[in-house]
Amino acid sequence: MGQLLIGLINGSFYALLSLGLAVIFGLLNIINFTHGAQYMMGAFAAYFLLNKLGMNYWWALVVAPLAVGATGVVIERFMLSKLYKLDHLYGLLLTFGLALIIEGVFRNEFGSAGLPYSMPSALEGGHNLGFMFLPNYRAWVIGASLVVCIGTWLLIEKTKLGAYLRAATENPKMVEAFGVNVPRMITLTYGFGVGLAALAGVFAAPIYQVSPQMGSSLIIVVFAVVVIGGMGSILGAVITGFGLGVIEGLTKVFYPEASNTVIFVIMAIVLMIRPQGLFGQR
Amino acid sequence: MKFPMKTLAVAAAFAFAAGAYAQAKKDEKKAEPAKPAADAKKDESQISGGIVKIGVLNDQSSLYADLGGQGSVVAVKMAIADFKAKEKGLNVEVIFADHQNKPDVGSQIASKWIDAEGVDMIIDTPNSGVALAVNQVVRDKKKVFINSGAASSDLTGAKCSPNTVHWTYDTWMLANGTGSAIVKRGGDTWFFLTADYAFGHALERDTEAVVLKAGGKVVGKVRHPLNTQDFSSFLLQAQSSKAKIVGLANAGGDTSNSIKQAAEFGIVKGGQNLAGLLVFLTDVHALGLDKAQGLILTNTFYWDQNDASRAFTKRFAAANGGKYPTMVHAGVYAGTLHYLKAVAALKSDDGTEVVAQMKKMPTDDPLFGKGTIRVDGRKIHQAYLMEVKKPSESKGPYDYYKVLATIPADQAFRPLKDGGCELVK
Repeated sequence: MGQLLIGLINGSFYALLSLGLAVIFGLLNIINFTHGAQYMMGAFAAYFLLNKLGMNYWWALVVAPLAVGATGVVIERFMLSKLYKLDHLYGLLLTFGLALIIEGVFRNEFGSAGLPYSMPSALEGGHNLGFMFLPNYRAWVIGASLVVCIGTWLLIEKTKLGAYLRAATENPKMVEAFGVNVPRMITLTYGFGVGLAALAGVFAAPIYQVSPQMGSSLIIVVFAVVVIGGMGSILGAVITGFGLGVIEGLTKVFYPEASNTVIFVIMAIVLMIRPQGLFGQR
Repeated sequence: MKFPMKTLAVAAAFAFAAGAYAQAKKDEKKAEPAKPAADAKKDESQISGGIVKIGVLNDQSSLYADLGGQGSVVAVKMAIADFKAKEKGLNVEVIFADHQNKPDVGSQIASKWIDAEGVDMIIDTPNSGVALAVNQVVRDKKKVFINSGAASSDLTGAKCSPNTVHWTYDTWMLANGTGSAIVKRGGDTWFFLTADYAFGHALERDTEAVVLKAGGKVVGKVRHPLNTQDFSSFLLQAQSSKAKIVGLANAGGDTSNSIKQAAEFGIVKGGQNLAGLLVFLTDVHALGLDKAQGLILTNTFYWDQNDASRAFTKRFAAANGGKYPTMVHAGVYAGTLHYLKAVAALKSDDGTEVVAQMKKMPTDDPLFGKGTIRVDGRKIHQAYLMEVKKPSESKGPYDYYKVLATIPADQAFRPLKDGGCELVK
């Protein structure tokens, strides 16, 4: 029971990260390999906001995604936007290269052991639920990321803005003809996806060490989540994120040595039975 | 499609540049080719290629990069400078590479270094899995392996080699230092959180033996994959085991993550205690004293021990971006120094002979003081049982430890006869 809850908490990280990936892939057709590095940048941004500017965790939740999202806007504007007419592969190579560069720079600057980031005092401590000890902070993370996930899904599926976005990916010329600035919309979408990654990074900072490789160890799992959920499917990304968190958590109890690989085993099985992913459309 | 060729070229160039970046960082120093063997004839001494070539092989990019990494390269260069190799007519070169914590990568680099680049001595090599693989390569090729970073006591036990010196610490020492001290303080039921590879297994095995011998009990264990981010599941298991002590048989980023998350889950507040079986200065630095305070650990070098160690630290930090040395860095420095002394004394860099010479000569360096190297390759020196200070007790940067006890050299390491090393007759 406790383990299920822990799994859900990890799942909320997976869901939040794969949500950003799914948004970017679904609407821009870019396989954003920089996502892990951007998650890491979010955590570092929180660290700097606290230690250099004295901004606490709550401000970091707002400022860090905006700041990192802004770097995303720059990347989209000056690099990714040149690649849309080419094969997916080029976007993948570019973002993968960027991830290596960003990680290398952070590692050279800050070393690999990581930096300390304290929990906001309001969320310290926890409650004994009888079957397990639930730290307040983890409860907060699971709630907050659920809200973000549902909000994003509503934004894209139920609002006019979301409708424009979806239409723009189908037929950009037509949408442009209606007077919508499509390139700007796409830029902001990428920035939004990157901001989601950074937000997950801020959530993670008080739990994990803020270290340059925190993204690279997560990104592969998150990609597996997106593939299992169906590339570009937002609902798929969220549900599979939570689901796989739980499965991984249970593996840690019954056969801990396999906890790193279980997600890929599931990915292989899913792809064999349903190549487009659980929620993918084809 | 306005400029398809241009964008394509930019994209491809970017990706290549990025990919090459990481590789180039690693290969930076590899470019200098060894002098052709013909030069050796001019040289009167028996130095192969006229050059003593030292290869620092360690984790340059992942969870063990701060405790070894570039700092170990700095330490080797300091040892060469302090030995005044040039004035003594020794031409010493240093190269380094990243083994990525993969035994196959590590042994491949070691082979290539020795066969194609004339490397005479390989040093550092944390990650016991990689160390055991390199140990075999160096033995087969009859060169020298001085290990500082890896912990497995098998390096001087079942897998001991006439070409290997194990310098700084090992799992038996850690287990007996920290393990027995904790059992003596009443921590008699244990739950192990173990990194699932050679090092974790060895540390768990050696600590379990100490706990059982002292009358304690092991109530459970869980093995987690190397470089795990989230320990909550494992900590929950530790919590429900009701063991008094949660023994962390892991290292580097794994240790700091598990300590940080243990605080979150209220493990210590709930009456259980953590035993960090292998904790480096860099881990405490990464955690911050408020999370790490009270941890008991065993160490063989601490920067604030005496004037010599402080003087070394000052120079080291200046060359290493302000970061202070770990015991691994100290071992790399001292090991290189002793190696160069042996090479100078023999006027030869023949691997097996140099190691024999290293064992023959007593060791003496500013960081570990006087000591010896045993026939099984074990370097013998004192160890210290230490406790991490409270934030209020710390007076400055890296002022983290106080010494609880000094473990004399003759008790710090596994008795020669117990290791099962074939070199011991």
